[in-house]
Amino acid sequence: MPDSFFTASPEWRWWIVFYFFVGGIAGGAFAIAALLRLFGREVDRPLSRLGYYIAFPGSIISGILLIADLKRPERFWHMLIQSETFAPAFKWWSPISVGSWGLLLFGLFSFLAFVGGLAEVGILPRGLQALVQGGLGAVVNVLGGISGFFLAGYTGVLLSTTNRPLWSDTVWLGLLFLLSGFSTGAALLILLSWRQNLPALAWLKELDTWVLGLELVVLIVLLATVGMAVLRPVLFNAWGVLLVLGVVLVGILVPGLLHYRPLLGRLTVPGAALLVLVGGFVLRVVMLLSSEAA
Amino acid sequence: MAEPMGFFTDTSVCIGCKACEVACKAWNQLPARNGGKVPLTGQSYDNTVELSGIQWRHVKFIEQFSPDRSSGRWLMMSDVCKHCVQAGCLEVCPTGAIIRTEFDTVVIQSDVCNGCRACIAACPFGVIDINPETNTAMKCTLCYDRMQAGMVPACAQACPTHSIQFGPISELRQHAEARLAQLQAQGVSQARLYGHDESILGGLNSFYLLLDEPEVYGLPSNPQLPSRNVAPSAGLSAAGAVALGVLGLVGLRKQRMDKLAAEAREQQEGDGSHAG
Ligand code: SF4
Ligand code: SF4
Repeated sequence: MPDSFFTASPEWRWWIVFYFFVGGIAGGAFAIAALLRLFGREVDRPLSRLGYYIAFPGSIISGILLIADLKRPERFWHMLIQSETFAPAFKWWSPISVGSWGLLLFGLFSFLAFVGGLAEVGILPRGLQALVQGGLGAVVNVLGGISGFFLAGYTGVLLSTTNRPLWSDTVWLGLLFLLSGFSTGAALLILLSWRQNLPALAWLKELDTWVLGLELVVLIVLLATVGMAVLRPVLFNAWGVLLVLGVVLVGILVPGLLHYRPLLGRLTVPGAALLVLVGGFVLRVVMLLSSEAA
Repeated sequence: MAEPMGFFTDTSVCIGCKACEVACKAWNQLPARNGGKVPLTGQSYDNTVELSGIQWRHVKFIEQFSPDRSSGRWLMMSDVCKHCVQAGCLEVCPTGAIIRTEFDTVVIQSDVCNGCRACIAACPFGVIDINPETNTAMKCTLCYDRMQAGMVPACAQACPTHSIQFGPISELRQHAEARLAQLQAQGVSQARLYGHDESILGGLNSFYLLLDEPEVYGLPSNPQLPSRNVAPSAGLSAAGAVALGVLGLVGLRKQRMDKLAAEAREQQEGDGSHAG
């Protein structure tokens, strides 16, 4: 029996599934917004603003979900500050520690960009536009984009930094979650903006299709590296069926096909985006819960 | 630092009396399972089942019988936290609740733990669990409180057969080697030590003499630190992030080029119509 089967389950379940999903979307959406802001044109600003509007609430929801999962939620701050000495608590070799700081930083930058975005459309004082424009805006976007990428990917690294079945038997989960976070972030942006016919939409759809392709390749590599001794007990069951149907078919292949053939008429674009979101969610469900059930 | 201290558990003399479990529970004031109404498992003579947040010692019964029960054997092993020299639980704990003591043992501070459960997934032996009364992660402390007072841990003191021996690691290793040599001289060729040297996680400060393969006792043969995966996993993710950035930029550039080309074409057509 592989060594990972001699361990105990941390019982990371639905709170964490939703956190991985929401955090991935928030991080991915911000990374896309930052790319558009830094390298796109003026007409792309509405889409990048939409990314900020997704990212900041996403970071808040992520924090709430993470705290709710703790057995002692009132001690959530022990993740950041040592309760005895009040010195910062930080271990660079522990993804859960680095991740807590990453989420905090992401929350900060996405908040600044959120405020800047609202200032651009006149809801907040115009002066605050500087948070997303010019030199300061570039800093916010670069640092926020990096922390967005981090947030989307570290969750998979966190799972691999255990001794549990499937999670610790591969080093590809971080990359898989990163790609999935990016594609679901893109999908939510598409879903919320497709009616407006923004010029960057074509770019976003193209990008999403590429990322879905990469995701499929990485998923296959991941399963190949895990090995039969682990796959048989963990995924050769209903979870595996869900992975094939929910993730590969519904979340990757069908949206990929819809990108080239508008089979759903007017609803092709939002339909494909919705399926990508479903696939991203099912991916988190299968990757977490199949191991927990093993 | 004081001398590293620990347990040597000689499973060959364990009789499965579970006195260690009782002594541990009594000293550490751990509640009974299921409010004291312990149901029989129905599959084993072992009715305390597993290590948990309220059960820090567990005597495993490995019951191997032929289907007609004409032949068989019992293996018994009092399981506990291994107090690893390289401890996965301590490595991942984000709050600093898990510490290494002056005796080289590993202890969870209940007033610091916030119940994130990273340590549960990190321990290669499945030792840690949440104590439902405190809602924090708990496991054997190697009786840190008793050790500080110069006392022997409760389980080792209670064990009637000296299966659980407590003392300085260097002495325990000598006992273990001697006992192994004795058993092998008696023809018990399957006898072996587990965790007595640095080959397993830098050494287990609670190590074992086993009578079969580690897997038979539910022990991993090659336990590892969770951090082994951090660098490759983070490296792949970082490479992926760069690739996504490049992919996005290439797309944006292509879009811009297409637009410029379209504009140029329009202009040309405009010029052409002027000329005509
Ligand atoms: S056996 Fe598990 S709980 Fe005990 S020190 Fe080692 S890793 Fe930590
Ligand atoms: S559950 Fe407690 S002891 Fe375990 S890693 Fe989290 S904070 Fe540390």
